[in-house]
Amino acid sequence: MVNYQATDLDRVFSALVDPTRRAILARLEAEESLSIGALAQPFAIKLPAVMKHLDVLGDAGLITRSKHGRTVEVRLAPAPLREAVDWLARYQRFWSPALDRLAAYAEAKEAEVREAEATATRDKDASE
Amino acid sequence: MTSLTLVRRIAARPSIVFEALTTADGIAAWWGPDDLPAADAEIDPRVGGAFRVHFRTQDGGDHEARGEILEIDAPDRLVMTWFWAFGGEPAEHGRISQIAFDLRPVPEGVEITFTHSGLANAESAASHEYGWTGAFNKLDRIFGNDAGREP
Repeated sequence: MVNYQATDLDRVFSALVDPTRRAILARLEAEESLSIGALAQPFAIKLPAVMKHLDVLGDAGLITRSKHGRTVEVRLAPAPLREAVDWLARYQRFWSPALDRLAAYAEAKEAEVREAEATATRDKDASE
Repeated sequence: MTSLTLVRRIAARPSIVFEALTTADGIAAWWGPDDLPAADAEIDPRVGGAFRVHFRTQDGGDHEARGEILEIDAPDRLVMTWFWAFGGEPAEHGRISQIAFDLRPVPEGVEITFTHSGLANAESAASHEYGWTGAFNKLDRIFGNDAGREP
């Protein structure tokens, strides 16, 4: 079950890597649903290429397709995208404060080293 | 490859920052999401060397992450594998991800670029025309969620 979920997430991420697929999702965000023809229209690529992108998005669970007579309507399916965003958000919450603490720790060390260097210089000057 | 990238500028010399990344005392001082000192840390700072950090979180959680050093080039770069031995993200147990620290000198000290490559995917490894944080800055408005964005 755990691996199954992780594999799903891999698919979501690899689907989102492509800018055309992100543009398709952005259009679907704006519209309730679109036919494949209407969806393909603004893109400078042929319909079969659009269909391929839709297959990838469909396999990742990012869209749903339903047939109405002769047209196929495409809709956004937000759950997998939400899961992917959650993954990033979780690690952002983990690493961002950790890096702040790294910075604070290193800056305190830097201050200590500078202080020690200044003392050493003063001692040296005093002994000369 | 999917990755989270965070960038910080630190007012300290590169050797000090690199020591904070590659010594047990340094790691114990900052690793983990809460203001609690890590319970203990170990690192063998050479390629193939083991890394381990055990820490608690304020919610009472007990966590241990482990890894193996893949690249170490003081004071510029550190790359290691990352997995949860216990605690952490239970959904990710059994999966190995990768973290990298790249240091670059800047006038005030060091700029550190941290990358957590979470869900490696060989097929998409070449697609780097912009990072995931950037991608989600565009996508997250779908949900009105500001996740994945640098504050």
